[in-house]
Amino acid sequence: MPRGGWYSVGVVLMFAVLPFVYGNHALLFNMMMYLVLAQGINVLFGFTGYLPFGYVGFFGTGAYGTSLAILLLHLPPLPALLVGAAAAMLVGLVLAPLLKLSGAYFAIASLAASEVVYYIVSNPHLTPLTQGPYGISLVQTYNAAQSYAVMVAVLALALGAVVYLRNSNLGLALQAIREEPISAGFAGINVVRERTRAWLLSAALAGLAGGVYAWHVSVFYPKPVFDLSISVFAIVFTLFGGAATLLGPVVGTLLLYGLYNWIGISQPEYFQLVFGIVIVVLVLFLPNGLMSLLRRIRVDVP
Amino acid sequence: MLSYTLLAGLLFGLYFSLVAVGLNLVFGVMRLINLAHGDFLMLGAFLAYGLYAAAGLNPLYAIPAAIVAFMLAGVALYYAVVPRLQASRDPQMLSFILLFGVSQIIEALAVIAFGNNQRAIPATVFGSRPVLLLGQSFPVAWVVSAAVSAVALVVVYVYLYHSRLGYATRAVMASRDEAASTGINVHRVSAIALGTGLALAAVAGVFSAFMLGSIEPDMGIGITTTSFAVIVIGSLGNPLGTVLGGLVYGVGLMVMETFYPSWADLLPYVLLILILLVRPSGLLGQRVRLA
Repeated sequence: MPRGGWYSVGVVLMFAVLPFVYGNHALLFNMMMYLVLAQGINVLFGFTGYLPFGYVGFFGTGAYGTSLAILLLHLPPLPALLVGAAAAMLVGLVLAPLLKLSGAYFAIASLAASEVVYYIVSNPHLTPLTQGPYGISLVQTYNAAQSYAVMVAVLALALGAVVYLRNSNLGLALQAIREEPISAGFAGINVVRERTRAWLLSAALAGLAGGVYAWHVSVFYPKPVFDLSISVFAIVFTLFGGAATLLGPVVGTLLLYGLYNWIGISQPEYFQLVFGIVIVVLVLFLPNGLMSLLRRIRVDVP
Repeated sequence: MLSYTLLAGLLFGLYFSLVAVGLNLVFGVMRLINLAHGDFLMLGAFLAYGLYAAAGLNPLYAIPAAIVAFMLAGVALYYAVVPRLQASRDPQMLSFILLFGVSQIIEALAVIAFGNNQRAIPATVFGSRPVLLLGQSFPVAWVVSAAVSAVALVVVYVYLYHSRLGYATRAVMASRDEAASTGINVHRVSAIALGTGLALAAVAGVFSAFMLGSIEPDMGIGITTTSFAVIVIGSLGNPLGTVLGGLVYGVGLMVMETFYPSWADLLPYVLLILILLVRPSGLLGQRVRLA
């Protein structure tokens, strides 16, 4: 078993078994969704250093791609999910030139890109195609149990992707690019190709999460699936736990989404306040997240 | 129709220059993208609303209060976090994330203090008779906002190009290290620049009820992105280039609103992406690309 493999199996099994003993399935589903999104951010930010503020654009694209495949092409949900993921990767391919930008410029440009996708999808002129601002209804394919099971599979895929990156040459190559792109190029790494791969993998994970989400809730409006706070949650969960590790985003999501579920749903402004303070404290005192504390006492974190 | 659109575009362009110029000043001096820029503008808007709602004061009276309060806030924010960040491994990215946290805190506190309701200041506080410009009539609130913006931009120009502090500020923009080695107090200059940047945002906020729509706690992030588009169109790191960016953006926005209203929302984002990708160094005069 590769390093971190058993932890991943444990997390997946936990979410497969928990619905039988714990009644709040919406919490479990959303937690899995954010685990997938946080690992998607981790693939990109942790391993390549690009911070995609507009990550939610892929999530929304996946939700719409899947829904439109069901509504217009009359596909069953599973093939429709692949259409959703492919749509997110296609958007990723179109936006790949953004990777030329550095640091904060990339973050803001990707935010702008997700707004562009949102305004196109929700434009009233496109109502015949996307239902415009009026939202999507997939009641004919609604199946809470099946869509939950598929989200477990997507979670396994996301964790598997990070385990692979933690143990493979691709992961090492990406981290080399993150630290020193020019030296990495001299060392024989195809900088543009590897980083585009990570970008598309990250886009596909968000697209799948969005597609399963659309199937699971089956009625939604464009605004919530393109809501910036989805990106923000996934980014902060990843940073809090520690990027570029397998367990960091898992721990970050379980703790902070648990906290959100506790105080955030009834009083979102207090949660947002806690969130903001967490970000400031992290940047000033613990820029590598909780997992760096473990590393400081010489625990090897997968 | 067209001349009305162009004139309205110029009025809005002056206003958008004011909205964005503080962001550009802060970027130019400390290479820091202030993601909380729009949230400081929102606070300025609530200041004007509060004075109007509590005492019936004309929003113009909110301007001196905004300048003093946000100048102090900016200086305090500078000494609290910036020197510490500039010593870290990746100052630009870390400060970007940190200011995002600041933006979340401000937004949350604004919701806690003011609630989630949309607020408005009636545009008739400046009088209800429209102003005639070149035969076209415009709401007086637009003209007042544009006039105050023009005055503020002239003040920025005088500050940067005709004062000792301004010479020092431009020296820090050109090279922080060389400025420090010639005896300029870099921290003091930068702290004042951050204070000025926030004060300019807050003054723009005073007029946001007339130019940007209703005042609400979550308006910040959209304004930050729009401001970023404006300064990128103009010239990143050169505060006066912002005026060019603001005018191009204002006229573009009015043309879109008039002829393609349902696509107008896309404009700032598409412009931002296109310019970052197509002319990053030429238009900006800054290196923003990696490989």
